[in-house]
Amino acid sequence: MLTLALSKGRIFDETMPLLNAAGIRVLEDPETSRKLILATDKPDVRIIIVRASDVPTYVQYGAADIGVAGHDVLLEHDAKNGIDGLYRPVDLNIGRCRMMVAVQEDFDYESAVKQGARIRVATKYVSVAREHFATKGMHVDLIKLYGSMELAPLVGLAEAIVDLVSTGGTLKANKLRAVEEIRAISSRLIVNQAALKTKRAPVQALIDAFEKAVKD
Amino acid sequence: MQSHWTLPEYIADVLPPEAQRIELLRRLLLDTFRVHGYELTMPPLLEYVDSLLTGTGHDMDLRTFKLVDQISGRTMGLRADITPQVARIDAHLLNREGVTRLAYCGSVLHTLPAGLTVTREPLQIGAEIYGHAGIEADLEVQSLLLSALRLAGAGRARLDLGHVGVFRALAELAKVDGATAESLFSLMQTKDIPGLKEATAGIEPVLRAALLRLPRLYGGKEVIEAARAELPAHPRITAALDDLATLAAAMPARQASIDLAELRGYQYHSGVVFAAYIDGLPNAIARGGRYDEVGKIFGRARPATGFSLDLRELAAFIPSQAQSVGILAPWQTADAALQAKIAELRAAGEMVVHALPGHDKASWGPCCNRELVLRKGAWAVEPLNAA
Repeated sequence: MLTLALSKGRIFDETMPLLNAAGIRVLEDPETSRKLILATDKPDVRIIIVRASDVPTYVQYGAADIGVAGHDVLLEHDAKNGIDGLYRPVDLNIGRCRMMVAVQEDFDYESAVKQGARIRVATKYVSVAREHFATKGMHVDLIKLYGSMELAPLVGLAEAIVDLVSTGGTLKANKLRAVEEIRAISSRLIVNQAALKTKRAPVQALIDAFEKAVKD
Repeated sequence: MQSHWTLPEYIADVLPPEAQRIELLRRLLLDTFRVHGYELTMPPLLEYVDSLLTGTGHDMDLRTFKLVDQISGRTMGLRADITPQVARIDAHLLNREGVTRLAYCGSVLHTLPAGLTVTREPLQIGAEIYGHAGIEADLEVQSLLLSALRLAGAGRARLDLGHVGVFRALAELAKVDGATAESLFSLMQTKDIPGLKEATAGIEPVLRAALLRLPRLYGGKEVIEAARAELPAHPRITAALDDLATLAAAMPARQASIDLAELRGYQYHSGVVFAAYIDGLPNAIARGGRYDEVGKIFGRARPATGFSLDLRELAAFIPSQAQSVGILAPWQTADAALQAKIAELRAAGEMVVHALPGHDKASWGPCCNRELVLRKGAWAVEPLNAA
């Protein structure tokens, strides 16, 4: 039995065409079904639905053999749990966006950087943000938030945010501007190390199918 | 709320049936090592960090609990790995010429758990061969590991073989600096092919293609031939592939697999590396490999190879045998016939428990399922009659 961990929403929707190209059809829709384990037309492949940030945990524990996780989630997971035991062989080229530093339109970020001022940064991606500002040699106070980061500069909670930006619409609507790109993000296929060693044939077949579907 | 009986996170008591299982397994493995000529050593629980952490890298530094020695004022560390200690013993204390085989078993402590569900106090057991640079030493430790796992009841273990030399040769040919090599190494370990594409952008095309190929070179023995055809012909790469071919040929095909990106211990390992996997465990059960340079810091570089594993993890995975349950004997110290019978049973390996007076017979249930009773003037073993 192979278990594939996916999160609901964008990742699930964009993974479906790849799965279909790999010859696997999911028999239920996670948006309408309340089940957390979904069957497929292949008796030996099942899908589990977990929160996006939990996907690497399920795969690293071996509770799922394979998963699809955003690179943003993966970077945070690696910083806390180490890279051991989690392979990430394929860039699925889905869920594309950029991780960026953004500030209020009238905030002079460039001079703040130059002066070496200590600024407050609100983000969900604490580890990535910490490393980014440390590399720049900037002193920052990190404020961990779980959502709606765009609000933080508007209400004076922070001077800057680190967040994912896809179209820039939300930034614009809240009078923020992106000042720095930390890195481009897309979703990765992640694989449990032991699963690749002990169930090589079926796991490899699935990796190959995904890889081929991405190229086509 | 903390109670007086709360233990720190990732630290656990080992309770009766499991403790017994671990102890039996410890004896079984140490006896196996002994009959193969491995001499037992018992390095100390703590040492100066200078000797404990030389040549082991940043990871091990973070993982080591440290405290200040009140006698010397120097910093000491609680060992997080026994292998460097054994290497120190071989290099400096024994100072023998020729081959030395050493075994060890003891607790190590980690500041942070090495995995998601892992204890911070693994019971590390291992065996090492010093003084032989040839592939025969690697062959021996690998077959010793497989027979130890078989004895422990994990007969269907698989061994995944890699060789640090292939990556090192490619990195050297590509003339990357130390920091880049180390980051390529960890991208390689996680088969992060998209990340490798980014990181190798400036490297000459032939070598870049080889570096990008490496994380895909895994599978059965056929991988070695594929690697010969696809990687640049370099004497060290050829030698590494020859070594892997010899090792793989010595094992049944279903037990061996090859992974040229199976790399560990950038500062530590120098040649063949391997990891054993058993079905159902989400990580490797045992790891090992060659670390020829480690002894240098302790006075002399000696060829070295070996493996280690966490006995607690192995014991937890092995199905428990039916517990051996004891025999209840009445508390009659003056009865010579009874004492003789008890001695006879114990000599045969039976557990005989004296019923201390004043306890209800049913309360002995958890430890005994039989009892000694006097039948026609002779003591006989019968099923425990609690009624």
